[in-house]
Amino acid sequence: MPRLLEVGGLGKRFGGFVALEGIDLAVDARERLGLIGPNGSGKSTLVNCLCGALHHDSGTITFDGRTIDGLPAYQRTRLGLARSFQLPKPFRSLNLIDNLRIPLLYTVNARPGPRLSDGAIGERSMALLDDVGLADKGARLPRDLTQVEMRKLELARAVASAPRLLFADETMAGLSPSEVEEILAVLVRLNEQGITIVLIEHIMRAVMSFSTRLIVLVAGQKIADGAPTAAIRNPEVERAYLGE
Amino acid sequence: MVSLDLAVNAVVAGLLLGGFYAAVTIGVTISFGMLDIVNIAHPAFIMLGSFVAYIINSNFGIDPILIGVVMAPVFFLVGMAAYQIYFYAFEQRGEESIQGLAFFFGLLFVGEVTLILVFGVDYRFVEAPYIGPSLHFGFVDLPLRMLIPCLVSLLMLAVLQLFLGRTFIGRAILAVSQDRLALQLMAANPSRVKRIAFGISIATASIAGALLIIIQPVEPSIGRDYIGRIFAICVLGGMSSFPGMLAGAMLIGIVESITATFYGPSWAPAVAFGFLLLTLAVRPAGILGR
Amino acid sequence: MGTAKFWAASFVIAAAVLILTRALIANEYFFFAGYVVLQYIVLATAWNILGGYTGYTNFGVGAFFAVGAYSSVVLHKLTSLPVPVMILVGGVISGILGFGMGYLTLRLKGVFFAIATLALAIVAQTLIVNWDYVGGSRGIYVIRPQQAPLYGSYIQYLYSLMLILAWVSVVIARTIERSRLGLGFNAIRDDEAAAEAGGVPTLRLKLISTSLSGALMGMSGAPLPYYVTYLDPASSFNLSYAVNSVAMPLIGGMTSWAGPVIGAVLLGTIQQLATVTISSALNLLIVGLLLILFVIIAPNGIVGLVQARLRARLR
Repeated sequence: MPRLLEVGGLGKRFGGFVALEGIDLAVDARERLGLIGPNGSGKSTLVNCLCGALHHDSGTITFDGRTIDGLPAYQRTRLGLARSFQLPKPFRSLNLIDNLRIPLLYTVNARPGPRLSDGAIGERSMALLDDVGLADKGARLPRDLTQVEMRKLELARAVASAPRLLFADETMAGLSPSEVEEILAVLVRLNEQGITIVLIEHIMRAVMSFSTRLIVLVAGQKIADGAPTAAIRNPEVERAYLGE
Repeated sequence: MVSLDLAVNAVVAGLLLGGFYAAVTIGVTISFGMLDIVNIAHPAFIMLGSFVAYIINSNFGIDPILIGVVMAPVFFLVGMAAYQIYFYAFEQRGEESIQGLAFFFGLLFVGEVTLILVFGVDYRFVEAPYIGPSLHFGFVDLPLRMLIPCLVSLLMLAVLQLFLGRTFIGRAILAVSQDRLALQLMAANPSRVKRIAFGISIATASIAGALLIIIQPVEPSIGRDYIGRIFAICVLGGMSSFPGMLAGAMLIGIVESITATFYGPSWAPAVAFGFLLLTLAVRPAGILGR
Repeated sequence: MGTAKFWAASFVIAAAVLILTRALIANEYFFFAGYVVLQYIVLATAWNILGGYTGYTNFGVGAFFAVGAYSSVVLHKLTSLPVPVMILVGGVISGILGFGMGYLTLRLKGVFFAIATLALAIVAQTLIVNWDYVGGSRGIYVIRPQQAPLYGSYIQYLYSLMLILAWVSVVIARTIERSRLGLGFNAIRDDEAAAEAGGVPTLRLKLISTSLSGALMGMSGAPLPYYVTYLDPASSFNLSYAVNSVAMPLIGGMTSWAGPVIGAVLLGTIQQLATVTISSALNLLIVGLLLILFVIIAPNGIVGLVQARLRARLR
């Protein structure tokens, strides 16, 4: 049975700098995959390549049995691959409801099958906001939100596209422990609803408690892939994080 | 059959022109390449420099290059003031780029129209002993009115390169251009450094303007031809690299010169812009990369 | 107000203006000046579709405008077609130009895009300057037909056409504003990467925006040869079209169809008055200064000021 996402030999360079080299990985449906690595190890580049924000130089990406190598980002989203951005990128001039209308109009409604009516879109938008606790701020603009609320909006927007697989890119960076718990709870709930989640994070406590499998990236290469406790005990991983 | 001495002279003239173009572009390399300030009004400051050189030269007979250098501190202060307005209006508020662009576009236009209102649309020129004579090496002509601005331009480039590399403020400017966040975290105030850098970029316009009016007579709307040239060279040169910018300037100068010589001067403006379009379409990072 | 209602209401208003002005005003100069103001409504509205809605600043307005004008010149020399047909042809050609520009500049953002549009305008101007068939740099004379269709002077006829075109451009803008397309444009303006990640086909929408904007600009330029009777590249590609097309939406307000209209009427009228009373150079200075002033003090334009006032009153 094909795995949900399969990546073979992925490589990406920027001029002379090798950001990613020979990345092989796979993600199974409904999995909770953690992706960690020191700063500059290529985690964000990997997400960007997989989601289509960057063109990878070598290797193949297969999603749901289908090769997606040349596809632009918006088509990958329509196929079911979603991501939230490390630094939240809300649509600043649109209120929260409209922020969610974009993926609903352009992803959900763009897929084959019955289209959501305007009313249904409005309802679903409010429901998604409610799921992350932002229902009462639907008519507000993103600039009125706190940091953690922006992160939630970011997640809600990614979820609005009804994805099969969600990349949560450093969603919890800079948040307080209780805020981290809030976000984690949202992610767990999403996973229980059937969404495969790849969590890219620095906060080890969160990654360890959330992930069923862990991948470690160092200097553009994958050096560990397996059960979380085993992966971090890998001597190479220790060396990468703690130095020689 | 293409005549050899015509071709060689076209190339030589192009090199000299390119050297001058570097003087014109260096200001934007600093303001846009290094500071990310989209100062498309830079040609307006250059035209101002040309007309300042014209007034002083025609009334007092002082050498235009000297005027350019002496007036540079004044332009520096004007530049700092302009940056203050820009900072207050845009950078502080984090406004979208359209407003910033519109601001400088408005400035470009106001500058040109003001010059038209004050000086009219006639061509103005300066007088200097080196406008006229040429050096001759065999069949190669080196008009002094092109050679001297080229040399002055290269000198200015060298001075600025040294300034950026060796002085404290110069290195602070380089630091700001490379990593704003790091500078802020180090509690250095980037806006003060940027203000000085922007002042310097406008100061170069004083000299570039003086060089321009030596090379050719000027009238206010000439500035428009330079918008495309300046940004074409800046992009070709990889945005913030001085050597890249010089290479780009030489390239554009040569191609323009050859086009003017063999196809007529009315095609020349399209050259720089055509180059720009091509570069932007194919290699947004410039010929020497970033 | 729903889109259908807007079409109806605006049509009634436009028709009323047309009928009343033509019936009641005898001064021919009003129609000369009115044509220009209406032309700017079209230009400003067209610019705003790409600029205000989609977030891409176009400085090459002159190219689209002049291409519309010169396509009419070519048609005029080849055959005799009614002006409305020329308007459509001008729109198609400028629309194709807009599509081409969009395609060439698809990877550019911000100032790079703006400079590229300027480059395009210069290239287009150079081509026209070197094309003798349409007069080259010397320009070309175009003779107005003796008789205007229906009644009235030929200028009144051109004025009527431009008013219809202004109405068309405004309803197009308003319809886009409230549609899925408009929301997609706004998403691109606010954050193109996030829009793309949200399923918006950004390239396709950008091409639609540049083509539509260019087409409308071309249409506004198509009747120009008959209006001025002498057309030359220097005036038709003039950068003042770009400055006005930027200033009017900015001063009026870029987020709504009303902004370009307010800006065009305001600035257009001021300029027409200034050209007559002061000098034409000074009136351009006024536009430039107003642009700078508004961009610093009221970046959301008059519409933005009104909206802020309303929001403050509701608190």
